[in-house]
Amino acid sequence: MEVTINVNGVDQTKEIEGRLLLVHFIRDSLGLTGTHWGCDTSNCGTCVVWMDEEPVKSCTVLAAMAEGHRIRTVEDLEQGGVLDPVQQGFIQEHGLQCGFCTPGMLMTSRALLDKNPDPSEEEIREAISGQICRCTGYSMIVRSIQWAANAENAVTVGASS
Amino acid sequence: MQVPAPFEYERAESVEHAIGLLERLGSEARLVAGGHSLIPMMRLRLANPEYIIDINDLADELGYIRVEGDHLHIGAMTRHQHLLDSDELASHFPMFRDAEKVIADPVVRNRGTIGGSLCQADPSEDLSAVCSTLDAVCVIRGSGGERVVSMHDFHQGPYETAVGDAEILTEVRIPIRPNGSSAYNKVERRAGDWAVVSAGAAVWMDGNTITDGRVGLAAVGPNTTTIDAARDLLQGATPSEELYAEVGAVCSANCDPDTDMRGSAEYKKHLASELTKRSLRTAVARATGQEA
Repeated sequence: MEVTINVNGVDQTKEIEGRLLLVHFIRDSLGLTGTHWGCDTSNCGTCVVWMDEEPVKSCTVLAAMAEGHRIRTVEDLEQGGVLDPVQQGFIQEHGLQCGFCTPGMLMTSRALLDKNPDPSEEEIREAISGQICRCTGYSMIVRSIQWAANAENAVTVGASS
Repeated sequence: MQVPAPFEYERAESVEHAIGLLERLGSEARLVAGGHSLIPMMRLRLANPEYIIDINDLADELGYIRVEGDHLHIGAMTRHQHLLDSDELASHFPMFRDAEKVIADPVVRNRGTIGGSLCQADPSEDLSAVCSTLDAVCVIRGSGGERVVSMHDFHQGPYETAVGDAEILTEVRIPIRPNGSSAYNKVERRAGDWAVVSAGAAVWMDGNTITDGRVGLAAVGPNTTTIDAARDLLQGATPSEELYAEVGAVCSANCDPDTDMRGSAEYKKHLASELTKRSLRTAVARATGQEA
């Protein structure tokens, strides 16, 4: 079957099997390997992408189900050579070691800050509770997201004053 | 790599269209809503449908929470996040929010639906226990019209429901009764897991007397279940720790969990008692405005 899926603002038309999972469409059909493929059971969350502004686990969505929807992957976070504040936060606060969980963590935290620009630590931990990290113990990821929130809020305050 | 067996993909544009597709494609067709129950089962080849009918375009038509008369109506495509966020739902039935907080994780809750949860008919599934406790009914639509079945009749065994080959669950209806409240408690091995055991309780009060009360349990038998003997003890009783302990003991005695990787039958019976007590205590506190 032929599907057209908008990925990072670009309509992508491909011939696929009905059983192709969205994570494999992104990685194999489009070559966007920033989205990682992990547990295969919708537990680990490294495959998280956005579907119409909401984070979803792309290993548990059929590519065909994404037709007509907007998909956003980790490749779209950097704009014009400038990293997204969540990406910069993960650098500043050492939010990754091996990096395997990072794309999912970044997409979930970007969605969190879009909805809730000043989350509490508890809200951050709840938001990333569907992602597994085996390196950091999560503390540094939480600090990375807090760094991004603070950076964005400082810019917002600066702009309004 | 876990990949589903080959199938043909169809997309339904309305409930009528979905029913028409089911009639045309026959018993090897399955509906997919959020996909977070069916797709993992397809990847493990526990489910091998020849046709998949995607009903996500019905999310507007079947995604709603609204009061009509003395019932609350929930559309089958209402997603977990919507159920968790709904203040109207929590004000009528706070156990929904208790349960939604411990169902999977926020990303999964963006996709999963109440209809999919009920139709998977897993004995450990939380919303099935919630709907059983609240005496909900399920609206099932086919080409011949709608029929309404109780939660007791909806689940016919593990992973089996009353929904026929060419039918679709469209709505869950819950009776709204005055002066009541509810609570839900679950023990899980890790965050977002299936229940080892969970217990929901709903009570309706007249002053300091429980006029009616219901307890529903998950993961203690072939389907989520209500315990009739608990209701007999609660009706007309005055709330007390002794009452909660007595009802908990009766629930423990009247359920039949299996020993499995999540725990021993003995431990699960202990949980059935303890979680029933906790849910009753909270439900009564909420019903009487005394929740801490």
